Amino acid sequence: MARTFEQLRLEEIKRDFGAMSALKGVNLSVRRGEFIALLGPSGCGKSTALNCLAGLLPLTGGSIWLDGQRIDTLRPEDRGFGMVFQNYALFPHMSVRQNVAFGLTMQKRARAEIETRVDKALDIVRLRDQSHKLPGQLSGGQQQRVAIARAIVIEPRLVLMDEPLSNLDAKLRLEMRSEIRRIHNLIGATTIYVTHDQEEALSLADRIVVMRDGLVRQVGTPEELFARPLHSDVADFMGYRNLVSTHAGRAAGDEVTVTIAGARLGARVVEPVGAGGMVTVAIRPDDLAVSPEGPLSVTTDTSEYRGHDFYCSGATADGTTLYFTSPRRLAPGEAVRLACSPDRVLVYAGGARP
Amino acid sequence: MSGGDGLTGRQRLSRWLANYEVDGVALLVLPAIACMLLLFIYPFLHGLILSLQPRSGEMLDNYRKFFSDPFLYDTIWTTLRLAFPATIINVVMSVPIALLVRRFRRQRLLTAILVVPITLGPVLIAEGMLNYLGPQGWFNGAIVGLGISGAPVRLIHNYAGVLISLVVAGFPFVFLLTLSFLSGLDPSLEKAASTLGAGPRARFRHILLPLLLPALAVNFCMSFVQMFSVFPAAVLLGEPAGATRVISIAAYQAAYEQYDAPMASTIAMIMGAVQLAIVAIVLGSRELFYRGSTGSGKG
Repeated sequence: MARTFEQLRLEEIKRDFGAMSALKGVNLSVRRGEFIALLGPSGCGKSTALNCLAGLLPLTGGSIWLDGQRIDTLRPEDRGFGMVFQNYALFPHMSVRQNVAFGLTMQKRARAEIETRVDKALDIVRLRDQSHKLPGQLSGGQQQRVAIARAIVIEPRLVLMDEPLSNLDAKLRLEMRSEIRRIHNLIGATTIYVTHDQEEALSLADRIVVMRDGLVRQVGTPEELFARPLHSDVADFMGYRNLVSTHAGRAAGDEVTVTIAGARLGARVVEPVGAGGMVTVAIRPDDLAVSPEGPLSVTTDTSEYRGHDFYCSGATADGTTLYFTSPRRLAPGEAVRLACSPDRVLVYAGGARP
Repeated sequence: MSGGDGLTGRQRLSRWLANYEVDGVALLVLPAIACMLLLFIYPFLHGLILSLQPRSGEMLDNYRKFFSDPFLYDTIWTTLRLAFPATIINVVMSVPIALLVRRFRRQRLLTAILVVPITLGPVLIAEGMLNYLGPQGWFNGAIVGLGISGAPVRLIHNYAGVLISLVVAGFPFVFLLTLSFLSGLDPSLEKAASTLGAGPRARFRHILLPLLLPALAVNFCMSFVQMFSVFPAAVLLGEPAGATRVISIAAYQAAYEQYDAPMASTIAMIMGAVQLAIVAIVLGSRELFYRGSTGSGKG
């Protein structure tokens, strides 16, 4: 079996559960060495896709290819992928060392080779001194590191991670996030990482695949997704919390003027819209700032301290709630004006979802 | 204990009890303790004392008599010869069947069917088996008719009949316990093992079996104790005067044929001691296995 590959291709993969379709034809191609994040809200099919890749769920349609080899017909034990589970799935009756050695023992490697490789993997996750313990004696972060060591020690062609950080507390999550990227770079693995946390995806991935309702909505670099989501639902998921339905004015190229609560804003068209049609305007709270000459005026409702600034919400005259940032604390009821650079006001076809 | 803490004596008492996780609700355990004392401890002590008061002779004469008369002490061996294989057959069978049932969608229906023998009780099962496995029954009719065997196979009124009925009647309990142990195992453990290259056999050997063994030991004990006190099946389906003269028959004869209550109590005590010894050995050997949580980390 070739230990490496150039390209992994998912072709129209489908997975139905009875009448319910979890994957409705997903296409994706991954290059060797990439760190891919599958991002989406719960129920979007991202975990199903990962389980299909691992072979833990058979496909109901489509195919998966590693270069010229079709792999969706292989059993999970024959695929040679490493997988890290959300709940770690460490074998509770085996020591850390036995857990990590399991994959190599299954491959019937020589004892000396197993010892060296297990030591190396434990060094990578910095757990060499804990190797005699049972998983139950470790903290959550350490357990997750064992799970990673166990997955990478077999030098898998592909490392699959299913929301590996979601059971950890905030501080550990940040630490493990850097750790995961460090390990990815160190061993030169190809990683597919499932998460519902856009921040995690943005900071870890080379490319992000945004999924919704069993379909891929957008594939792009973190910068592309952050700055220019292609659909309003992707924008919603990428932190564009202000989604306002309105009518579009005349467009000139990709420049357009939109009216929100009587205020005219310069904006950029992302999805083509006809003049006068319903559009959704998307603005990140971080791009909408308090400015004395700004076109929008709101009455402050809440103001949350975030460290370097305040995260505020307020209502316009027509009752639309807007989220914005302010350098100082605003009192409830305080009237302020808001402004946003036209480049950061994105316009999508169709009205906002309720 | 005069407190400057402004609490009444009662409040201080409840604080002190809270240290030991005792509160008002804990009182609800009292009726259960009363039942244990009345229904278990008292009869046990009564029987023990009775067994030490033989109709004639010294305190331990009943025990001496039991262990010097092969007609009596052989019943221990006869009973073990039935209870051991029946328990082992059931525990061993329950694992693959529970593994299969776990995958079915109609798990409840299948479980219900497998559990029906519990509701029947040993006498009805014995009666069914007499008809079904007897020389004129369907089973022998079929194997003679199909030419598999020239003559009817003898499956009742002997050792085999009792063993079969113990397996049939005992299986549902064993199966239900094994199934619940198995459902308690985290399915992601097997998934993890398979992504690490372990096929079905390796997954069973390295993951499922080690995690199930302690539970199977408990299952073995519970089933064994039940099997060891077999009575109706041994009388109805066995050879109560010969190959299946189990220890409970000896006790019954002492009590209701010889009207020797002290001797019957003695046999009951010996029966209890054998059961206790086997259970202690099996549970003691559990120490050799992993006994911690079967989960896979923080839930």
